Amino acid sequence: MTRTDRIAALKAASRERILVLDGSWGVMIQKRGLDETDFRGERFAGHPGQLKGNNDLLCLTRPDIITELHDAYFGAGADISETNTFSSTTIAQADYGLEAAVRDINLEGARLARASADRWTAAEPHKPRFVAGSIGPLNKMLSMSPDVNDPGARSVTFEEVYQAYREQVIALNEGGVDLYLVETITDTLNCKAAIKAIMDLEDEGFEPLPIWISGTITDRSGRTLSGQTVEAFWNSVRHARPFAIGLNCALGADLMRPHIAELSRVADTLVSAYPNAGLPNAMGEYDEQPHETGHSLHQWAEDGIVNIVGGCCGTTPDHIAHVAQAVQGLAPRKPAVRPRAMRLSGLEPMELS
Amino acid sequence: MRPTFVNIGERTNVTGSARFRKLVAEGNYPEALSVARQQVEAGASIIDVNMDEGLLDSVRAMTTFLNLIAAEPDIARVPLMIDSSKWEVIEAGLRCVQGKAIVNSISLKEGEAAFLKQARACLRYGAAVVVMAFDEKGQADTLTRKTEICTRAYRTLVDEVGFPPEDIIFDPNIFAVATGIDEHDNYAVDFIEATRWIKANLPNARVSGGVSNVSFSFRGNEPVRRAIHGVFLYHAIAAGLDMGIVNAGDLPVYDDIPFELREAVEDVILNRPRRQPALSNTERLVELAPIFKGGKSEVKGPDLAWRQAAVAERLAHALVHGVTDYIETDVEEARLAAGRPLEVIEGPLMDGMNRVGDLFGAGKMFLPQVVKSARVMKQAVAWLLPFMETESAGQERKSAGRILMATVKGDVHDIGKNIVGVVLQCNNYEVFDLGVMVPADRILDEAVRLKVDMVGLSGLITPSLDEMVFVASEMQRRGFLMPLLIGGATTSKTHTAVKIAPAYPSGSTTYVLDASRAVGVVSALLSPTEHDRFTAETTAEYVRVREQFERSQDNRGRMSLADARRRAFATDWSRNTPSKPSFTGLRTFEDWDLTDLAEHTDWTPFFASWQLFGRFPAILQDDIVGQAARDLYADGRRMLDRMIQGRWLTAKATVGFWPAQADGDDILVYADETRTEVAGRFHTLRQQMVRSDGDRANLALSDFIAPVGGPPDWLGGFAVTAGHGEIEMAERFRQDGDDYSAILATSLADRLAEALAEALHRKVRTELWGYASDEVFDLEFLIGEKYRGIRPAAGYPAQPDHTEKAELFRLLEATPRTGITLTESFAMDPPSSVSGLYFSHPDSHYFGVGRIDRDQVEDYARRKGWDLATAERWLAPILSYTPVG
Repeated sequence: MTRTDRIAALKAASRERILVLDGSWGVMIQKRGLDETDFRGERFAGHPGQLKGNNDLLCLTRPDIITELHDAYFGAGADISETNTFSSTTIAQADYGLEAAVRDINLEGARLARASADRWTAAEPHKPRFVAGSIGPLNKMLSMSPDVNDPGARSVTFEEVYQAYREQVIALNEGGVDLYLVETITDTLNCKAAIKAIMDLEDEGFEPLPIWISGTITDRSGRTLSGQTVEAFWNSVRHARPFAIGLNCALGADLMRPHIAELSRVADTLVSAYPNAGLPNAMGEYDEQPHETGHSLHQWAEDGIVNIVGGCCGTTPDHIAHVAQAVQGLAPRKPAVRPRAMRLSGLEPMELS
Repeated sequence: MRPTFVNIGERTNVTGSARFRKLVAEGNYPEALSVARQQVEAGASIIDVNMDEGLLDSVRAMTTFLNLIAAEPDIARVPLMIDSSKWEVIEAGLRCVQGKAIVNSISLKEGEAAFLKQARACLRYGAAVVVMAFDEKGQADTLTRKTEICTRAYRTLVDEVGFPPEDIIFDPNIFAVATGIDEHDNYAVDFIEATRWIKANLPNARVSGGVSNVSFSFRGNEPVRRAIHGVFLYHAIAAGLDMGIVNAGDLPVYDDIPFELREAVEDVILNRPRRQPALSNTERLVELAPIFKGGKSEVKGPDLAWRQAAVAERLAHALVHGVTDYIETDVEEARLAAGRPLEVIEGPLMDGMNRVGDLFGAGKMFLPQVVKSARVMKQAVAWLLPFMETESAGQERKSAGRILMATVKGDVHDIGKNIVGVVLQCNNYEVFDLGVMVPADRILDEAVRLKVDMVGLSGLITPSLDEMVFVASEMQRRGFLMPLLIGGATTSKTHTAVKIAPAYPSGSTTYVLDASRAVGVVSALLSPTEHDRFTAETTAEYVRVREQFERSQDNRGRMSLADARRRAFATDWSRNTPSKPSFTGLRTFEDWDLTDLAEHTDWTPFFASWQLFGRFPAILQDDIVGQAARDLYADGRRMLDRMIQGRWLTAKATVGFWPAQADGDDILVYADETRTEVAGRFHTLRQQMVRSDGDRANLALSDFIAPVGGPPDWLGGFAVTAGHGEIEMAERFRQDGDDYSAILATSLADRLAEALAEALHRKVRTELWGYASDEVFDLEFLIGEKYRGIRPAAGYPAQPDHTEKAELFRLLEATPRTGITLTESFAMDPPSSVSGLYFSHPDSHYFGVGRIDRDQVEDYARRKGWDLATAERWLAPILSYTPVG
């Protein structure tokens, strides 16, 4: 199948059923108990500073583990698996002094996922598997000052963020992903820089790929970290004409539900949700059991508010197996139909009707 | 219905505001930010930011200012309009906003290539665009040019760029009319017609314009400019204008523009045939204009004439009409004319207030108007005060009397008291307001210290009645002689006559029905000539009331509690299966959307709180109070918008459902569905009246719950508040001497709390309990309470005992979850709060317990674990007998 065929197949599948995304990567990698040498491999043996904890680097140094995880999630019933490239931008990798490795991580991360997905598709042609290029948030925000005494200050410029995302997006595209997943968005302006970088690539002859956008409501206030409500966030990113819009991380299913319901009401595209396995306990571990996650997402599917479901922090292939089971046979949500209207936003939405 | 029009704030525009330009040039960004904040607080739904000034680094100024706005949630709330004629400034702005903004503007001025590039960038940055009717040949002035350029731009944007048509706003150029050049005469018509054409022919596109251009030739004559804007907008909006950059506060209402001026302006705007052969429309308006030219801050078109009158008359006019705009100028003029500032107060200002008092007394002015008059008076006095202090003649202002007011201990409600205070102040009484929850000893200590002439007590909840009796008895004990006034929603002439007056035989006690009576009562009590006659009349009347009360005590038939229980409301539980809620336990709503609540406000009680009685909306058309109601309503809506947009209040709610069964007249609440562990117990009271129609049951709330041994049933409970922030909000206004706004805001907070209680009840019926998921949504229907299920509150007729709130709050964890606390009298704080129980029984309905006999009080005391005296104290308002001791 060519990528064009795969994208068509993805869109066709999304009309027929609720699609399943994979679960967490961090927890699964943590469980392996890797040490510094695993992270370094041969290539970075002499690199200064600690590299342990830089999970994305494993695409280059322990590709076997990354492939195993893709396989585990596809085996659990996921339709889509994410590349292990959540932090693979020059800005995020600057913490490790690994800016120069960013292109290779993205390329290799995309190839590993591609190979695994293609194997599964070949084995189960009735259920094609897809690869989403993971584009995570940055440790620097465009809408917020790093200095409480200087609210107008910014630790990074739009141009820098744009360039960082641009580099990542190009490598993911070349590495063979089927769609981009801009996820765990805490600052909508960062996301808008990513969107601009993606859209601008069209002018340079890159194959346009579907964009999937997933924001993060950080707490019970019902707002993103940068202060927007769900609807304001949607108004801010709708120009990307995303394949899907959704929420992930920070909250478990029970607390995320009202915000997903709100997105479902307003979004004239697919809605995705991949909550954490509940809230972390005192030890920072996630306690929600696979059947509980499955039960919650089953309910959402029954209520017709989701098109794509999966898991974020704390979820495992077992969770995803339960989720896949729970939504099997249930009809996907119908995208909202709303009258055309100018819909603007600040921190809050505004509609001219 | 006229379409909605969006005002875009223009004060953060360096080309439109000299002040803003100065602030930005000086780098005074904190102050520049406050300009933006004021616009949002004043209701701007979008703010326009423009930094196009030759001497500024516009890119840097735009970036700095927008980054600063991003850190201010109360400003960043609304979308921005990034306004510049330079693309690099626009792009710098787009790189600072996380929201979806409007770019103002792009055009075909520099050809199609540049236009395409900029449009594509706007799309990818995620912004809507204003497109100016401008092309390579220049700015479009005629209708044909305007429609031609807009069509070309539209097709390019939609077909080539893929721009969503709903995100396109055309600005077909508003040019100045009445310039004296004939070619300009049709400019306004061209704009209006272009607007109409765009709306009809370019689907989903919007139209905007910079309105102030149109009146450019009348610079310096603000009243005429405003009239031109008002007329122009009236016609442009009707033709489809969606938004405009315009100073919203300055716009006159079309109908309020004096007819002669309006007609002349309309002739100019619409380029009508001239009325007089010798005079063009422009010339006619130019001739007329000086007549309407007023002071710089003049606002209202229709009121211009009164400005011509003598200063005393102007002051009276301002007081009667509640106009604050010129008060300082006029007061200053009066002060210079008078020998001493005090003479201004005692002369023209008091004359004006007397006129207000007369009109109020004659029913020609209404409470909201009087409170506005008080605001004018306060500002006038505030202006004079410094002069009086420097004068330091040591002469005290002679007031008509000194009155101390307080809401009694345990009670937090003060709207009515504040209104009375303001009305008294208007009538030259000095009012010392001790606020709410004031204990008796403090009231009396302050009364002595301040040497007041009279004490006024207020209260809204029934336990306050007892506290008032206590204050009265303390006055007696401490040897007071001064008059005592009683007022507030829960008080009554009967209670005052029967309970309070007898506790204070040394002085006179008078019940004041409402604010309109306060002045009459106070002036009679303080008048050397009328005092004796008035108190004698009151005493005689109260004797009659007491006798009447005694008689009614004997006449009203009641049955024994045992008989009443036999006549309880019966449900055939074999046929009725109670509905199960979607969850049991508690659920909290942290920050309920006030916008939604505002939409579902029941306005009738709002008018009643201002003593305008009648159903909304019919009251707005009422022959007598209609005008007052319309003004109050307009002020109320405006205030509500400010409260919501400014996020002054936070609405919180918590709701709980519990497995429950009735146990006699009590309702048991269980910890879980095993129904083994009793988590709480609510006590209810039963009607004991003898029914004339033998069929009607003697109700208690417990009748609506299945009894122990019956089918499983559930009880709900709720506590909601819209009051977090209300005290601070009212205080801010009061600090500014604006009691009118303070009272207005508080009474609206009250309405929001009720609306929240309604909204939550609806959510409970349709979703959380879910027994009426198919209920239709209709405000009239809701206010008419035609739905299934009730939400009775403790302290109201179906359960008059306020102490039941304690159990409810415990079970709901209401205080930690909503921040509402209970006072020692079980009033809820903040005051704009509502709590109660939910019953789902299809036949449940509201009722009044009415008076109860001693047998039920004894039974209730036993159930509550009280002694008889305690029960009699809490149930005092509904006892059928006078307790011993």
